[in-house]
Amino acid sequence: MLTIKNLRVAIEGKEILKGINLEIKAGEVHAIMGPNGSGKSTLGNVLAGKEEYEILDGEVIYEGQDLLDLSAEDRARMGVFLGFQYPVEIPGVPMVNFIKTSVNEMRKFKGLEPLTAGEFLKLMREKKELVHLDSQLTNRSVNEGFSGGEKKKNEIFQMAMLEPKLAILDETDSGLDIDALRIVSDGVNALKHPERSTIVITHYQRLLDYIVPDFVHVLYQGQIVKSAGKELALELEEKGYDWLKNHSL
Amino acid sequence: MEEQDKILHEVTSQEYKFGFVSDFESESIPKGLNEDVIRVISAKKNEPEFMLQFRLDAYRKWLEMPMPDWAYLKIPPIDFQDIIYYSAPKTKPQYESLDEVDPDLIETFNKLGIPLEEQKVLAGVAVDAVIDSVSVKTTFKETLAEKGIIFCSFSEAVQEHPDLIKKYLGMAVPTSDNFFAALNSAVFSDGSFCYIPKGVRCPMELSTYFRINAAGTGQFERTLIVAEDESYVSYLEGCTAPMRDENQLHAAVVEIIALDRAEVKYSTVQNWYPGNKEGKGGVYNFVTKRGICRGVSSKISWTQVETGSAITWKYPSCILMGDNSVGEFNSVAVTNNHQQADTGTKMVHIGKNTKSTIISKGISAGVSNNAYRGLVKVLPGAVNSRNFSQCDSLLLGSTCGAHTFPYIEVGNKSSVVEHEATTSKIGEDQIFYCNQRGISTEDAIGMIVNGYAKEVLNKLPMEFAVEAQKLLAISLEGSVG
Ligand SMILES: Nc1ncnc2c1ncn2[C@@H]1O[C@H](COP(=O)(O)OP(=O)(O)OP(=O)(O)O)[C@@H](O)[C@H]1O
Ligand SMILES: [Mg+2]
Repeated sequence: MLTIKNLRVAIEGKEILKGINLEIKAGEVHAIMGPNGSGKSTLGNVLAGKEEYEILDGEVIYEGQDLLDLSAEDRARMGVFLGFQYPVEIPGVPMVNFIKTSVNEMRKFKGLEPLTAGEFLKLMREKKELVHLDSQLTNRSVNEGFSGGEKKKNEIFQMAMLEPKLAILDETDSGLDIDALRIVSDGVNALKHPERSTIVITHYQRLLDYIVPDFVHVLYQGQIVKSAGKELALELEEKGYDWLKNHSL
Repeated sequence: MEEQDKILHEVTSQEYKFGFVSDFESESIPKGLNEDVIRVISAKKNEPEFMLQFRLDAYRKWLEMPMPDWAYLKIPPIDFQDIIYYSAPKTKPQYESLDEVDPDLIETFNKLGIPLEEQKVLAGVAVDAVIDSVSVKTTFKETLAEKGIIFCSFSEAVQEHPDLIKKYLGMAVPTSDNFFAALNSAVFSDGSFCYIPKGVRCPMELSTYFRINAAGTGQFERTLIVAEDESYVSYLEGCTAPMRDENQLHAAVVEIIALDRAEVKYSTVQNWYPGNKEGKGGVYNFVTKRGICRGVSSKISWTQVETGSAITWKYPSCILMGDNSVGEFNSVAVTNNHQQADTGTKMVHIGKNTKSTIISKGISAGVSNNAYRGLVKVLPGAVNSRNFSQCDSLLLGSTCGAHTFPYIEVGNKSSVVEHEATTSKIGEDQIFYCNQRGISTEDAIGMIVNGYAKEVLNKLPMEFAVEAQKLLAISLEGSVG
């Protein structure tokens, strides 16, 4: 589904990603862990098509296509979803209008008619239930005044609405209380599908108890320094990143 | 920063979408202005003596006045002798049905997306269409007449209700008020008159669509709205003009008089031709709009969405004379490319316990300049008065300008005046968030801008709000390809 080869990325002249290699097959869940500032969000943003980055080298193949050639909106329409670490607020734009526009853009790309009002409301009700999203929330402006946890739930709600092929969840677990963590994880798991893949960026092994990864990668100073099965997360939690620094560098 | 530049380029490379010229014939008098021209205009319109005197008086005052230069605008010199001050469609049509109307005109309205017929049926809006300077069509007059409401062209009102015109014309905007108001008073060719009798709630939104058409024709509209005690009316004004190479001057005057407990809502969507991307052409819009809350507990609210014109100079104002009277000003002003706008309001508190609210949302893109200029003046006798002002500016890109000039004068201790102002940029992060959900940059900007302006758009009557939303998106839309 996704192949990243020797990806090197800089921002404002500073190299952040220093040669990332990653292979993600359909149906797999990959967790990316790593200390603050190691480049996890940068990787997510670059995959989603944020423009301010400079691609120094490497390539990214998504479903047989050169992903880096596509606009951010086309990547989204082709099924790449980024759950933001810090979702932005858009004052005055009701969440319901926003997600409706989004859903219909995706449909238009696939050559489908827009959903009727009835179909849309039904879908929305269903997906809101899935992540236990307060039903009032969708009437408010996009993320405006949402609590930290509500913002994260709202990201998962949008993911559920859009059913992406490749979901990149950037610290969706931080800021969630224990119940919310379980609900959000259940939401993610409910969307699990042999054709869909997920990249979970997290600092906490706890999340991986719920969303069980096939692989765990450690990103350190812009490089993946270690990849292993889910047991790696436990080991990291026990020993910290220092262990890895000494171990692999 | 690359993204900024791209967005900037996209939003600034937008061409005006409503540009076209229809070619039904007009009859004009020669260019230039002097007392004889004014006499000709007055004679052609068969006006009573008091009207001629009103015009001549205004003209003589105008001659003494300099053009105002205090606005944050670069106004090219205007040759007032190079303007045609009167033009009228050749035959004054009096149509029974739309079938009899010049098909070109209908076509024009269709291009504007304002099918008269549909509007009549669907929205129940009485339409008084002003093409050039003479009213061509008025509908729903009979329904209104049953309630004693007068809604007609200004010329007609001069003929049929001279007493009302004589009493109220110039009450809110005297001939000496300012350079452009004086000019308008001297040469105005037509406009609308609306009179709501005591105790009557006007059952429909009254609407006038203005257009500029004949080449090189100055446009001087005059609107007068009088609301008697306990009456209510909502008045809509909307316009879009055909594409032109040369600049066109537009100097309208709107006067509103609200008596005891009367309420007048005046809403405008303004989309005159703004000039091309290089700043060539476009309408100069120098408008004087003022309402007087003469009566106790009366209320006047101005709501405007300004997207057009090369230059906008416009300050819809309220004189709050009656005790407990209320004034409101809600504005969205968009400038793109080389457009310039200096717009705002004056709220003059004279009566006791008077209240005013100002909400101004400026949006600038391209290399445009957008200024808010507001005066809140509370006279010593206006005890316990209140004003709240909120002036927000939104910038698209880094080559445009937003400026705020609030003037506040409070003449007593019991009144409270509050002013809040913010300036923000459309964030790359907001646009990326939309992109990541499959929404194009162009649509994202439309969405964000409409969200930002929502507070004001919500004040518009429903069918107008929809039109205004489209207009906002269109006027900032780029050529994303
Ligand atoms: N616009 C920018 N300008 C300069 N440096 C930046 C910019 N954006 C990110 N960086 C730097 O890139 C590095 C990687 O940031 P990134 O957000 O990818 O880290 P992260 O691994 O997601 O960290 P965290 O766990 O704290 O979320 C950091 O040192 C950060 O300061
Ligand atoms: Mg991060």
